[in-house]
Amino acid sequence: MEAIQNITLKVWRQDGPADGGRFENYNVPEISDEASFLEMLDVLNERLINEGKEAIVFDHDCREGICGTCSLMINGQAHGPARMTATCQLHMRKFASNDTIVVEPWRASAFPILKDLMVDRSAFDRIIEVGGFITAPTGGAPDANLIPIPKPVADAAMDAAECIGCGACVAACPNGAANLFTSAKIAHLNMLPQGQAERFARTEAMVEKMDEHFGSCTNHGECEAACPKGISLDFIALMNQDYRKSKFKNRKSLSRT
Amino acid sequence: MASTISKPAPDRSPVTGTATQKRKRKPFLLDIYSTAVGKKYVMAITGIIGIGFVLVHMIGNLKMYLGPAEFDHYAEFLRELLVPILPRTVTLWLLRLTLIGAILLHIHAAYSLTILNRKARPVKYQSERDYVAANFASRTMRWSGIIVLLFIIWHLLDLTAGTLNGSGFVRGHAYENVVNTLDRPAVAIFYIIANIALGIHLFHGVWSLFQSMGWSNPRFNKWRREAAIGIATLIVVGNVSFPIAVLANIVKVKS
Ligand code: HEM
Ligand code: FES
Repeated sequence: MEAIQNITLKVWRQDGPADGGRFENYNVPEISDEASFLEMLDVLNERLINEGKEAIVFDHDCREGICGTCSLMINGQAHGPARMTATCQLHMRKFASNDTIVVEPWRASAFPILKDLMVDRSAFDRIIEVGGFITAPTGGAPDANLIPIPKPVADAAMDAAECIGCGACVAACPNGAANLFTSAKIAHLNMLPQGQAERFARTEAMVEKMDEHFGSCTNHGECEAACPKGISLDFIALMNQDYRKSKFKNRKSLSRT
Repeated sequence: MASTISKPAPDRSPVTGTATQKRKRKPFLLDIYSTAVGKKYVMAITGIIGIGFVLVHMIGNLKMYLGPAEFDHYAEFLRELLVPILPRTVTLWLLRLTLIGAILLHIHAAYSLTILNRKARPVKYQSERDYVAANFASRTMRWSGIIVLLFIIWHLLDLTAGTLNGSGFVRGHAYENVVNTLDRPAVAIFYIIANIALGIHLFHGVWSLFQSMGWSNPRFNKWRREAAIGIATLIVVGNVSFPIAVLANIVKVKS
């Protein structure tokens, strides 16, 4: 283990949703290179509390990259400089002694800042509510392998299902668009046999709900680069294709009723 | 899910995947266009119309190298397209109207998406962003688009209407008109800059339209970047060669 010395942290502090907020500087004299970024913040917070100051508020939960709760714009990159890692998995060894590290919350109108670095991501829930599920009878457990799914299909659906809903795609997108999140949530159901019944209703509803909260995609690719799970832009193309299909199919079937 | 504190959304939708089209909708095409994804279809389709036009336009202009007779004959041919099924210049006007419509739609979609995107992040990042994937072309689409728009307006006033062509404009003498206009270095430079801007626009645009239209195929996806570079290069090289050829006296009016 080696220690990293004299880190200057420039952290966004904001007292509440209505506050204007400002950067404040903190010095971290020494931290282990094995510490995660969040552990470094813990150490700093402990000191702040001991000094009678208010701790920095940030989101975190599992701390192993699976829950999607942590966030943070670190030196202008969502989840920091390491690829395919959430902030909780980001190690301090990615930084050097005497570095200045700038930490900001996600910024999007759909993600209002609650306090300091914590934002409200429930706009994602609004998208899930209108179609990010399958309607299935919950009787006795069905036999395993009752529904055959080709291996490549299962793999692709799993790739989409990896999305942990952290919001890094929105945060990284110059337009504040949520196309990567929405397309992953749509794709992981639309590709599976169980998802077919509601496929077109789901796609139409989720895309249009996304529209109410977020910006539009200009295919920069920043979302894919920021995603801690490496969700592919191909899912956005798939969503754009399914949305078109769903507009035509839903129109036909609705005009029959 | 990553939500922390949820406040009830005022416009919460029904929690069922089947009840989508309850409210009365706009007419079908307007309904699609009212969404961001729908506007991107329109951007892509009108962009494809634009690419088709620019390619044919460039190939047609290569006749410049065959001399005034060939070139003016080609210009006249455009007016006589589909004659005698349709009267002279009717087809040309239909094509022109399609192009004008496409450009208006393209600009309207670009404008409204830009407004939407501004609203989606009203408070900018207060520290410097470090972009990983976005490139110069993708981040300057609006600027390259505006340069191309200004160029289109100038170009029409120059070689279609003739108002900006200088004193010697003669309708139907397409070859002479082109040479006269590009003989002015400032105009030639403007033509060159505008076409480079168009090339930058298409470097991102051609790649991007596959995504927007949902044309994704694991076997061909890796060629999208190459296709964009190829089309952009073809158009820039072809179009930029004309002002250079005139300035270098390779293409000139015989005296
Ligand atoms: C007349 C002025 C023009 C303006 C203001 C303009 C503006 C824009 C903007 C802002 C975008 C990006 C939109 C987005 O990603 O959300 C775009 C995309 C595009 N433009 Fe233009 N543009 C213009 C002319 C042209 C022309 C003449 C062509 C073709 C030769 C063209 C082809 C494209 C293509 C192919 C795309 C990509 C569409 C997509 O992402 O699906 N544009 N344009
Ligand atoms: S805290 Fe769970 S993903 Fe980072």
